[in-house]
Amino acid sequence: MKIFTDPLAKNNPITVQVLGICSCLAVTAQLKPALVMAISVTVVVALSNLIISLMRNTIPPRIRIIVQLVVVSALVILVNQVLMAFVYDVSKQLSVYVGLIITNCIVMGRLEAFAMSRKPLESFLDGVGNGLGYGIILVIIGAFREIFGSGSIWGYPIMEKLGLYQIGYENNGLVIMAPMALILVGIIIWIQRTKDKDLQEN
Amino acid sequence: MKNFSNKYIFIYSAVLVAVVAVLLSVVAMSLKGRQDANVRNEKMQILLAAINVEADANQAAEMYQQYFDQELTVATDGSVLSVYNVKNGEMEQGSVRAFDVKLKDQQALEKAGQQGAFPVYVFSKDGRKGYVIPTQGNGLWGAVYSNIALDEDFNTIIGVTFSHESETPGLGAEIAEQKFQQPFIGKQILDENGQVISIAVKKNADPNGAHEVDAISGGTMTSNGVNAMLAADLARYQKFIDATRAGLVTEGSDEFQVPVEEIAVEFEEGEEVSL
Repeated sequence: MKIFTDPLAKNNPITVQVLGICSCLAVTAQLKPALVMAISVTVVVALSNLIISLMRNTIPPRIRIIVQLVVVSALVILVNQVLMAFVYDVSKQLSVYVGLIITNCIVMGRLEAFAMSRKPLESFLDGVGNGLGYGIILVIIGAFREIFGSGSIWGYPIMEKLGLYQIGYENNGLVIMAPMALILVGIIIWIQRTKDKDLQEN
Repeated sequence: MKNFSNKYIFIYSAVLVAVVAVLLSVVAMSLKGRQDANVRNEKMQILLAAINVEADANQAAEMYQQYFDQELTVATDGSVLSVYNVKNGEMEQGSVRAFDVKLKDQQALEKAGQQGAFPVYVFSKDGRKGYVIPTQGNGLWGAVYSNIALDEDFNTIIGVTFSHESETPGLGAEIAEQKFQQPFIGKQILDENGQVISIAVKKNADPNGAHEVDAISGGTMTSNGVNAMLAADLARYQKFIDATRAGLVTEGSDEFQVPVEEIAVEFEEGEEVSL
């Protein structure tokens, strides 16, 4: 169980391992693409962990990175094809970032560090955990940026319905820009490390 | 750690790659239909948006059929190369549907000295006929696209869409926003002699000027790209426009496949056609 819950907080891929920052900045301007990206990464990490773990005893160490890459790439292409067929508008928003899941350090990192030496079920859970840990941060940032940047949530114009524009409220343009995502990640890291003394470095 | 022979490594990687290749091809083939449909729906949505009709992806095909009558491809000498009837889905002339024409390929053909086939979409909305001309050019970082919807006089703009591949957000990317597109409506692409003069995107444009709209501040390169695109792509239709407009007054010559009778009737009924 610890395998599953650790990456959600104590060993979170984004805030603690500091992996996958690039896509975290790029796809979180709105909640929907952030969530689709989170699900995609979770699927890819979990399945590639599972597959590599099943294959681990047959993989020659000398070509293990190549084998891992082939498996990950195949899964990412599958995910991309499915997105293009079923959620076309979102897949356009995500554009190159789905393809870049291949180079997302979380995926290769988990394969090397975990799946190559653990049993399939453990590896699968580790993958789901890390995917969700990544996803939680994406969704938090995505929700924040959409509410304060575009005044809506999941496309629903919440600020307008609350009537805030009449009393002089305006959307913050900075929030839509990528730097704000980085600032938000920083704030999340700050809060997390303040609460969890174990994570503090000297 | 186990020792693997070279032979094992070669066979292992070959088998792995073959399995993955088969798997991916099967999936790609089975999803292709849906993906193509998505791309087509999006194109229809954009064309509908150009004539100020909002449609979501599910209704796009239906609405497209409702508003659009014909898809033509025309050559720069004004001749009509193909006619596709949207209402009954039949090719009335030629073999290539304008909808399937890749504008970029045609521009390349023309550049190479050959004849290109350029699309015109004929629509009718609120009882008035009109034409949509798609254009494509280069912005600062990548391609920019637009669709210009013209009233039945082939002159007055009634709607536009602009989109881009990778212009800078907040600057060049603003061409995709209403704020940039709205001022195009009501502008005219022809001068008083019926020559294509296009719409100039420039600084401090006169809001009442018939042929100019305000550029994006900070997006000069993109604005210039849009300028060049409109000028080049609209000018290609000069002869076709001349012919169509001539058809408006002279009871339609057989040379052109645009059903000019309808327009001529409206003209006789005294509807104002500004020439």
